[in-house]
Amino acid sequence: MNTLDPREEIAKRLGLDSVPPVRFDSAEDVQERLAKNDYLSDEAIASVTFLADRLAKPVLVEGPAGTGKTALAKAVADATNSRLIRLQCYEGLDESKALYEWNYRKQLLRIQAGRSESSGVEEWSALEEDIFAEEFLLTRPLLEAISATDPVVLLIDEIDRVELETEALLLEILSEYQVSIPELGTVRAQQIPMVFLTSNNTRELSEALKRRCLYLYVGYPTVERERDIILARVPGITSALAEQIAQVVRSLRNLDLKKAPSVSETLDWARTLVVLGREEIGEHDAAETLHILLKYQSDIERATKELLGRARPLA
Amino acid sequence: MLNLLGDFIGELRAAGIPVSLSEHVDAARAVEVIDLANRSLVRSSLAATLVKDGDHLPVFYTAFDVFFSNRSWASAEELMGEEFDATQDGAPGASGDGPSRGLGGGAAGAMSAQELADLLYRALRDGDASALRQGASEAVSRYAGMEPGRPVGGTYYLYRTLRNLDLEGLEERLQGLGASSEDRLARQLARDEAAARVERLKSEVEREIRERLVDDRGSKALAKSVRRPLPEDLDVMHANREEMAQLERALRPLSRKLAVRLARRRRRRRRGPVDLRHTVRRSLSTGGVPIDLRFKPPRPAKPEIFVIADVSGSVASFARFTLHLVHAISSQFSKVRSFVFVDGLDEVTALFDGVDDPAEAVARINAEADVIAFDGHSDYGRAFSTFQDRFARDVTRRSTVLILGDARNNYHQAHADVIADLHRRAKAVYWLNPEPRSYWNSGDSIVGQYAAHCDGVIECRTLRQLEKFVGELS
Repeated sequence: MNTLDPREEIAKRLGLDSVPPVRFDSAEDVQERLAKNDYLSDEAIASVTFLADRLAKPVLVEGPAGTGKTALAKAVADATNSRLIRLQCYEGLDESKALYEWNYRKQLLRIQAGRSESSGVEEWSALEEDIFAEEFLLTRPLLEAISATDPVVLLIDEIDRVELETEALLLEILSEYQVSIPELGTVRAQQIPMVFLTSNNTRELSEALKRRCLYLYVGYPTVERERDIILARVPGITSALAEQIAQVVRSLRNLDLKKAPSVSETLDWARTLVVLGREEIGEHDAAETLHILLKYQSDIERATKELLGRARPLA
Repeated sequence: MLNLLGDFIGELRAAGIPVSLSEHVDAARAVEVIDLANRSLVRSSLAATLVKDGDHLPVFYTAFDVFFSNRSWASAEELMGEEFDATQDGAPGASGDGPSRGLGGGAAGAMSAQELADLLYRALRDGDASALRQGASEAVSRYAGMEPGRPVGGTYYLYRTLRNLDLEGLEERLQGLGASSEDRLARQLARDEAAARVERLKSEVEREIRERLVDDRGSKALAKSVRRPLPEDLDVMHANREEMAQLERALRPLSRKLAVRLARRRRRRRRGPVDLRHTVRRSLSTGGVPIDLRFKPPRPAKPEIFVIADVSGSVASFARFTLHLVHAISSQFSKVRSFVFVDGLDEVTALFDGVDDPAEAVARINAEADVIAFDGHSDYGRAFSTFQDRFARDVTRRSTVLILGDARNNYHQAHADVIADLHRRAKAVYWLNPEPRSYWNSGDSIVGQYAAHCDGVIECRTLRQLEKFVGELS
């Protein structure tokens, strides 16, 4: 078999002089280097990140809110010494906010400046060529990531918030790493950026988008991993307390709650307990601080009842 | 490897996971660049390239375990470097192991029941994975009584093994000191921890049984027996308890997604058609050039929904799901009224009022609705007559009536004229039938008599079909 390495293939298509070196040697390497940046990955996260780099494909990260999807992109950027370029998606996001926009004020100035010099008709075509040059282009996150010459990690956050039609904007970038601008031509990437898309799964993404990405589901961590995350991220915590916190959180997630506690809320809780100077969690502390983990009154009532055996939380 | 991958993808497609050609290519490329000796790495790499929906992952993992079982991995590792392809056919059967791992279990009895229980207890307490594997293997040899060649999926063997293991006793022992603690929280934590550990034992036993079955019958044959449909494709009427729980879990995100989609669609068509008169009048101020287009206000298209659901035993779960779904997106309708019946009919709309979670209200229906007039066998005719007497006058041209049931009338009178009357009053009458189409009008099913007066009779057996129908309602 004589298949072309995917990175070589893309480098050739982009017209790069040399194939950019891979960022990670192996999945273990990913895991180690992310851990150095205080991001504890599991095997799935590490292997998908490794593959994304090796196959030069974007990663679609899905999972409940607050499980470290955005943090993953940040940690990868730190671990590879890259710049993080972030596009926060929202309903109504369009081309001019995501890709590029012509700086029409500057174009107008240019035209006016031209008028005072000469007013020949033949000048017009030269002028027109001039005002649709890169100089007059305002780059937005996607174009910026593509045209960057330094190493970048592109994070497209909460992609499920944009309309189905807007998704199509991304397809060219995701599969070809290029942007076509009608007046200017095609801007090709100067390197192979790493791309992460996150989604909270509020709607189905289109098949076309999914097909172009590697898929990573980030769920709630296991008790052991959550304990390690707490130990890594909360300074001054004892491992016994971290273990206990992780167990409480697991028990809470087993209850049928409206909104299960996320990892970031767990960390907040752990920090609170450290500030309060607790060595272990008693019933009383738990009841008093439960509102940090749970955001709905009905959830808090339910958790107090099931976990602590009280009908009503303390005031 | 490529052939094995092809077979594996064939199995995924058969299980309902859509795998496109380009995803196949990605998977093939991925296995070229990773360390094939690391099984879990291969697993997560294939998952990343082939599965694009978190709900499909459990199905993927089951199929992966069958096609790439631990043991074929061990033998594959030996062959690595020479020719990986050679394992593709032989792998499942060829991995000859010690007699103790063979089918039926040669070495059973090497350990007494007490010793086995102790071994498992210690393994779970210390979180010792290899001891746990040994214990699970021993337990399967001892208790499962596996017979070669039987075309089963292994649930029966699993049940037999677990029944003999006294899991409750084990769980109690694992709770240990925590259980007697003063602190209620500590007690609860100990309980959850023990339960989680016993769960680990269960999955270990399940894996062991599956591997032996692979040894016995080969991956492809076994894959067919353990293949489970995706949650959205489960037949609601024949779901067992575990599948039912799965459906309940799938329902919540489903209704949320549906609500978001409908709200978006409504917002997008906020503007009605161009209002020509108004536009022309506006254009006078710009010298007759219609610069400023005016639109008619949007038609308030939110329909009123009447749900009339059979909640007798056979179709109760289907009715519950539909009620849940319809009420979860009730903001998309101007009004939702729900009625349930067996042989009497009762309105349950009030149960849903002011309740955040429709699931709670649905759970209360059984206890609070007064639906049995005589013997508790469904009587569609009687229920419909009651509806006509008490509620039919509320049905107007803006109402859509949904009737849920299998129309198995126990040979009572049909009273199809009620449906005809409803059809005249309402915007539309739909009948959702959870039975397969081929069963309709057989036995005491009289759906055909009602169908004549409905705008549509829809076969609705799975969540996917239900979602599709409800999505098109508003």
